Amino acid sequence: MAITSAPVKSVGASQSPFLSTAMFAPAVLYILLLVGGPFLLAIFYAFSDARIGNTELHYVGLENFRSILQSPSFRIAIRNSLIFTIGSQIVVIVSANILAIALESAFRGRGFIRFLILLPWVAPISLGAIGWKWLLDSIYSVISWVLVALHFFKPFSAPMWLGEPQLAIASVLLVHSWRIIPFSTVILLAGRTAIPKDIPEAAAVDGAGFWRTQLQIVIPMMRPILSVAVLFGLIFTFTDMTVVYILTAGGPFDSTQTLPSLAFTMGIQGSDLAAGAAISLFLVPLLVILAYFMLRLARRAEVS
Amino acid sequence: MAVVQTRNLTKVFKEGHLGAVNNVSFETREGEFLVFLGPSGSGKTTLLRMIAGLETPTSGDILIGGQVVNHLSPRDRRIAMVFQSYALYPHLSVYKNIAFPLKAQKVPKDQHRQKVEWAAGLLGIGALLERKPRELSGGERQRVALARAIVREPAVFLLDEPLSNLDAKLRASAREELERFHRSVGTTSIYVTHDQVEAMAMGDRILVLNKGVVHQLGSPTAVYDDPADTFVATFLGSPPMNLAELNEVIVGFRPEHFLPSVNVTGETVPLRFKVENTEYLGSEWIVSGTLVGGKLDSKKVVSRLPNAQHLQLGGVYDFVVPTRTLKFFDRTSQKRVAAKDVTWQ
Amino acid sequence: MSLELSHGLLSKLVRASVLAVFTVLLAFPFYWMVITSFKQNVDLYTMENNPFLFNAKPTLAHLKFLFSETRFVRWLGNTAFVGIVVVAITLVLAVPAAYALARLAGRWGERLGIAIFLTYLVPPTLLFIPLSRVIAFLGLQDSLWALILAYPTFTVPFSIWLLMGFFKSIPRELEDAAMVDGLTRFGAFLKLMIPISTSGILTVVIFAFTLVTQEFVYALTFISSESNQMIGTGIPIFLVRGDVYYWGALMAACLIASLPVAFLYNLFLDRFIAGFTVGAVK
Repeated sequence: MAITSAPVKSVGASQSPFLSTAMFAPAVLYILLLVGGPFLLAIFYAFSDARIGNTELHYVGLENFRSILQSPSFRIAIRNSLIFTIGSQIVVIVSANILAIALESAFRGRGFIRFLILLPWVAPISLGAIGWKWLLDSIYSVISWVLVALHFFKPFSAPMWLGEPQLAIASVLLVHSWRIIPFSTVILLAGRTAIPKDIPEAAAVDGAGFWRTQLQIVIPMMRPILSVAVLFGLIFTFTDMTVVYILTAGGPFDSTQTLPSLAFTMGIQGSDLAAGAAISLFLVPLLVILAYFMLRLARRAEVS
Repeated sequence: MAVVQTRNLTKVFKEGHLGAVNNVSFETREGEFLVFLGPSGSGKTTLLRMIAGLETPTSGDILIGGQVVNHLSPRDRRIAMVFQSYALYPHLSVYKNIAFPLKAQKVPKDQHRQKVEWAAGLLGIGALLERKPRELSGGERQRVALARAIVREPAVFLLDEPLSNLDAKLRASAREELERFHRSVGTTSIYVTHDQVEAMAMGDRILVLNKGVVHQLGSPTAVYDDPADTFVATFLGSPPMNLAELNEVIVGFRPEHFLPSVNVTGETVPLRFKVENTEYLGSEWIVSGTLVGGKLDSKKVVSRLPNAQHLQLGGVYDFVVPTRTLKFFDRTSQKRVAAKDVTWQ
Repeated sequence: MSLELSHGLLSKLVRASVLAVFTVLLAFPFYWMVITSFKQNVDLYTMENNPFLFNAKPTLAHLKFLFSETRFVRWLGNTAFVGIVVVAITLVLAVPAAYALARLAGRWGERLGIAIFLTYLVPPTLLFIPLSRVIAFLGLQDSLWALILAYPTFTVPFSIWLLMGFFKSIPRELEDAAMVDGLTRFGAFLKLMIPISTSGILTVVIFAFTLVTQEFVYALTFISSESNQMIGTGIPIFLVRGDVYYWGALMAACLIASLPVAFLYNLFLDRFIAGFTVGAVK
């Protein structure tokens, strides 16, 4: 076993606590004030009867939560949040893995293809969503036009992609996946290039074909990177209200509402701050779970 | 067990440039441990990878067991390979690493345990089967890599510098283990290295390569005592052979044959030697300096002696080279030629 | 994996098809934005027309409309202004903090860094309601300064995380050598670390700027008047008059607002990925 000398501790690490505090204090303070503070305020509002325009505030205990939990649109919102988040993530992970495999080896024009593939992720969310709104327009959708031209539908009877509840849900799920696939793809691609070249070669010499190598060797080795991609993908989808707001505004008839979009609809548009705050607090449990997994991932990376 | 053969094998990576491997033809013997020896960039690894099926040749044929295998994928060639980094699957246990080739070749599951335990037993790693690669030492990892290679009972073993990632002390014992392993299984093996000591110690025969071209194929004795050209003569042996241009030829003599005259009998060539530097290595001395007088005046030479305490820096001494140890090379082709009469003064 | 597959042609074909399918699925909406931007309204809204063809001559009318009769240019300006100021604030807060946490604070620095990163997981869709009250309380409603105040809440945590990883990859010996040569610790930071870290800092700049352009919730909640909109909110909301969507102009606006961000992002993609994966890829 090689004998290595212990790393030398750097000068000054423990000699300047004042400097180090001064350097990170502004950032920490800012975050405490503008994230911690409002977070506590949200909890406070959830237990009150705050409304926009009212100067008075009363403590109402669990009343807000009780009424929310009984409201059907809330139950739909929770259901949709889970459907969109988990459903899109499944689509994303499968697609991103396939795309990462396809993009792995260099070829002419790869940079340009990568640019095109990244567009859904880098464009502002609302603008991509508006683009889809045009593509899925009930009258002028080019997708409908193609399907009619291929005789899947009779003229003028193509489905209302954003107008029928089931289709609207599918459309929102599609747009969420569309947005996240590029993000996951580039992360997985980075993970793949980090795998030493001789591992897949050893697998080939051992007799493994392409799919066995991918599924039993390469992808299992990518577990940390896969976790990063999945965790962030879940967070980005779960906490987003933009796609729903732009595509369907929560409709038709609240059938595509999600927790964040419902919080916005009730809290800001409906001026019921208390209800909005209470709804948005339901994001916290899943976020805590995700944060836990993030921490585990970080700790495991430190140890290995 | 099979014989590996290449015929006019060439690999060109960049159009118009010199190939990494140029027109290499050779044939192994059954069960032998053949070493590809050469400096980096000599093409030895490319040659090995072509035999493995990891690179496609530009032209030429590869035959394993008499069958042309150019078009066969690695899995169909009945070879096993040990990589420089061992390429153990980090997420699988040692047992699963060794079992993987069996799984991939669709060997029935009930035979796995028995075969894995046989391979592990052969290498003495039975106790490590449940560990993961990152928990193993360098030597243990080599043994796992070997077990994984042997479990399929391949016809040919290919080893790509497996000792170069180990530190010096470990290297010697790992080398010995490899030799012992080869003796017990007897599979034809091809071993790539740039270390000529390794090559001499381990090889039944050595294929000396440079710039994609074979310079010599022969036993360690042959390449050391009977080098085919100046490249082989200077690549094998440390410190390298002393070479000097004399008359129409190049003359060479090894440092261990360049000794003080008092110690040597028989027909010799006398040379005056001015000592400029001495290095004491414990088991021997390396003395370097220049020749004085004659046609090779001021030529830098090196000597290797068991004992040089009496030699002073700057002193000039009478040294000799036994005539029968002199090697002669053609000045233009660098190839070895028969002994010639040359005048030294 | 550079293994040359022996079934070369088939695999190349399969890969090309996979890439083609995904590229079309992902990039088609943007291609469609281009087409729509230049089609005359007559062409766009006539059902019988094949939408893949220009049935009437391409037109610049939508672009003209966008630039002269809407507040689009103003929104671009607003976004640029907010972006620049937020980037500046982010740098001032995050660079020293990342350095301190990476170098000076030891194990606790590591933990504090992780804690800061976790605040990135507190989403705008949770904070927007209380923040809207804070903004109102400060009298900043409908002002770009509201966004300037709120945006660093997500640019700073991630920038700290990204820069921490970056600083850690610079060998400690460099600062030690600088201090032996006479610099103070802070001097070493200013004169040595910052110049070396230009690429990391540039990445933070690009990343923070793109986050600003992409943000929606705060911009929607805090800003109400048309002239103060950001591009992310102005385009979907104010290019719709009543219930009528001006699709031609809308698509042109989307395109113009998306492409510069896309270019910048691509230039710094590798660093961006490193920021996300810095813990996981070892």
